[in-house]
Amino acid sequence: MLAAEQVAEHVAEHVGWFLDHAFLIPLVPAVAFAIIILVGKRLPMKGSEVGVASIFASLVLAVGVAYQWIQRSETTVEPVIRKVVWWQSGGVQFSVGQHIDGLAVVMLLLVAFISTLVQIYSLEYLRGDRRYTHFFAALTLFSGGMLMMVLAENMVQLILGWEIMGLCSFMLIGHWWEEEANSRAALKAFWTVRVGDIGLLVGTGIIFFGANAFAQESGSNGFSIAAINEWALKDTGASHTLLLWGCVALFIACIGKSGQFPLHTWLPDAMAGPTPVSSLLHSSTMVVAGVFLVARLYPLFHTGLDINVAGQHFNLIAVIGGITIIIAAALAFVQTDIKKVLAYSTVSQLGYMMMGLGVGAFTPAVFHIFTHAFFKCCLFLCAGSVAHSGSHHSFEMKKDMGGLARKMPITAACWIISTMALCGVPFFSGFFSKDEIIDNAHNNGYKVFWIIGLVGAFMTTAYMTRATYLTFFGTARGAAAGVHHDDSHAVAHDVHDTHDAHDAHDAPDVHDAHDAHAGPHESPALITVPLVILAVLALAAGYLNAAPFHIEKFTEWFATEGREPFPELASAAFEWVNALPSIVLVAAGFIVSLFISRGLYGEKSFFLKGITKRSRPLRAGYTFLYNKYYLDALYENVIVRAVAYPISKATYWVNQNVIDRTVDQVGLTGQSVGNWVYRNIDQRVVDGAVNGSGAAARGTGSALRPIQSGKVNQYGALLFGAAAIGALVLVIVNT
Amino acid sequence: MLINEFLLLGAVLFCIGIYGVIARKNAVMVLMAIELILNAVNLNLLAFALRNGSPDGHVFALYVIAVAAAEVGVGLGLVLLIYRNKRTIALDELSEMKG
Amino acid sequence: MLAETLVAQNISFGIIATVMVVGAIRVVTSKNVVHAALWLVCVLAGAAAQYLLVYAEFVAITQILVYVGAVMVLFLFGVMLTRARIGNENDLNNKNWALGIPVALTMFAAMAIASTAVRIDTQAVSDAIFKPYLLPFWALSFVLLVAVIGAIVLARKD
Repeated sequence: MLAAEQVAEHVAEHVGWFLDHAFLIPLVPAVAFAIIILVGKRLPMKGSEVGVASIFASLVLAVGVAYQWIQRSETTVEPVIRKVVWWQSGGVQFSVGQHIDGLAVVMLLLVAFISTLVQIYSLEYLRGDRRYTHFFAALTLFSGGMLMMVLAENMVQLILGWEIMGLCSFMLIGHWWEEEANSRAALKAFWTVRVGDIGLLVGTGIIFFGANAFAQESGSNGFSIAAINEWALKDTGASHTLLLWGCVALFIACIGKSGQFPLHTWLPDAMAGPTPVSSLLHSSTMVVAGVFLVARLYPLFHTGLDINVAGQHFNLIAVIGGITIIIAAALAFVQTDIKKVLAYSTVSQLGYMMMGLGVGAFTPAVFHIFTHAFFKCCLFLCAGSVAHSGSHHSFEMKKDMGGLARKMPITAACWIISTMALCGVPFFSGFFSKDEIIDNAHNNGYKVFWIIGLVGAFMTTAYMTRATYLTFFGTARGAAAGVHHDDSHAVAHDVHDTHDAHDAHDAPDVHDAHDAHAGPHESPALITVPLVILAVLALAAGYLNAAPFHIEKFTEWFATEGREPFPELASAAFEWVNALPSIVLVAAGFIVSLFISRGLYGEKSFFLKGITKRSRPLRAGYTFLYNKYYLDALYENVIVRAVAYPISKATYWVNQNVIDRTVDQVGLTGQSVGNWVYRNIDQRVVDGAVNGSGAAARGTGSALRPIQSGKVNQYGALLFGAAAIGALVLVIVNT
Repeated sequence: MLINEFLLLGAVLFCIGIYGVIARKNAVMVLMAIELILNAVNLNLLAFALRNGSPDGHVFALYVIAVAAAEVGVGLGLVLLIYRNKRTIALDELSEMKG
Repeated sequence: MLAETLVAQNISFGIIATVMVVGAIRVVTSKNVVHAALWLVCVLAGAAAQYLLVYAEFVAITQILVYVGAVMVLFLFGVMLTRARIGNENDLNNKNWALGIPVALTMFAAMAIASTAVRIDTQAVSDAIFKPYLLPFWALSFVLLVAVIGAIVLARKD
């Protein structure tokens, strides 16, 4: 049942139960989703246990897959493809199945693992929520969608998973839709991503028609991912223009999904959802999907966009990735909402991944997906933990945080470890992945992107230092100082909780009650345990591929490179000298940012404080910082005005001078024509005709009226009589 | 061959059914006549199936039987409703639709 | 369809057909509603017997079960619930019942010519009509479901 003919040779080879049955991994959450939706509310834990159990089962399966894949990778790295045809139309067999290779294995493991932790965390975080059951249902399906996409055997299946994620992200971001801002954010996320999705459909179509003839020779079709990659890589006489436009279309989808410039605007707004959702969305699912798509079809992009071709210093993926790194990192400085800082940080890191893929650093980019998932997930969950127990559901760093390190030591420690990993401090996981990307950009001759990467590293360190300082150090402010003020956030969240007053099970919220009088404190174990696990991984995950120590397990186990079909990629040999610039810049970023942060937000009478009041240039600098580097203003006033004002002015001018006048003229002409028509045609010709036809209709009506007797039998007689006569006519005509 | 006789028998039943639909006043009687028509169709279907030696006609006849059952159910429901509202099921007295 | 069986088949067909035609005529002419219903039973059972003659055993059994078993009971309930008079009724027919005769005869003429004189290639017709039938079967089950619900809704007292 599992395999069509063309993969018969793979079937013959015994690859182990888990690898053969990897398709179960997304299936389990999908079934669990149905169960939660149908009977979840009646279960003792309102369906959440089903969600956690199913994701955990997926994790177990994924671990099994990874184990068997590692075992297998010693001999071969051929992908394990299994498929079954479910629909046949127009000579095309639509199949559904699995395409397990190193990339898929990494992603399966990652998604299942992060989802498990996030679900456990949500048990506590969402406790007492009005739509607790639905939240878990959507979360489970969300993970299922991502898993489905990851192991998709063909583009149709991939699109299915992709769209399931889009739908679930809509449901989850808009989870608290009673607030208009949230539902608007959900809509914005959905539609922005949809804009990109059109590219996915178009690109899939282009590639299908390009690759179909080639693929059919080997018995599959132009939707098969393996066939597309092979087709793109081999010189099959495919038009390069076709490949190029297919790639561009597909990459537009990736821009939308992965929040790349210029479609990144939905991501920070998506913070409106519950924090676990942000965490899952930003670390391992959804946004990674775009990067994953590029990695999945890497041979296609490699050929189509001329990656790593001598003399080519730019390509679409790298340029977009590079722009995104800088733009997003710059925006992260001006945020006061801790989750928004993290959101822009994610955008920026996704830029790194894209840029890595764009400069031919495939394995480092995939490795960065891997390490980034851990520390970014951890950071989000830390932010959630702070909001949950430290700042009374506020995410405002300036208003409600500060000095929380002493009150929430575990959260703070996890945050700091993850931050260091994110910044790429040596010997933390981010160092081994991000610096590899930067290093490879240099090695492959992409000088511009090497510099962008370094600048990005500096900026990352700077904004994360700022956020860390604001949240965990300095003076305690607002809710963090124990002030129970009814700012909008607190009120808003209280609203969510009191919705459930009718629900005996989760009555007025326990933690809300103690928040009011106990002030900031450490979060319960259900929250801190996932944090600690993730923090440990943020520290340790990098050692799977620690180039400085010549550990290359990740490459050995999971790399897709070095096997057919895959492009040949150069890999930079690690030199401490090459890593030096980024280390120095990270250190510089830390020191500069700490200095400025202490100066601006510190409680002690630091000399900067007075100075900003006294010295004119420094006051200017202070104002510059205080006004969020004028970046908002830049966006709002300069860019928007520069673009929109001339356009609107021109439009207005055209409106007033051209259109209005034309309209006026047309109106005047029309009026006189109308008068004439009214006098001559309307009154005489038309009215006469109308009156005449009215009379005719009345006459016909009264003639036909007796037929409408209202009697069923008579209608029947007419019907059958007409049918009989019609039949007779037919018979006569046919003889 | 029996086929033509079957078709003829079907035609006879069909036309008797038509007569019943037109001539009868009682709504239940009209429904009975409709049953006659449906059965005539079934006879035709089975005759064709015999000629073709395929089970498809049988399947269609089964569809017709099932649909006829549904039709009678709904039809009698309607008749009951009419009776409840009008205290009569004489069709010539139900002429609200008269134009 | 085989030559040897034709004699027996023809004879039984003739007998049953006669019964059916007579029964059908009585259905549409009887002055007693209950009698009409019983004559209808006769016709339906005859049809079932005819089905047996064309080797459609399953359809025949279904015919008996559904029609004679279920539909007729429904009819009798319908008669009962609408307080039809038990016994003869003189005004069961419309005023212009005679209109039915010419219409029915015209129809019969057309059909008789079509099924005897005109050589329509029935093979082609049935080929055209009968295509794989799984989907309509599903659709049918929905029709039945809707009908059941509809009948309940219509006949409810409130």
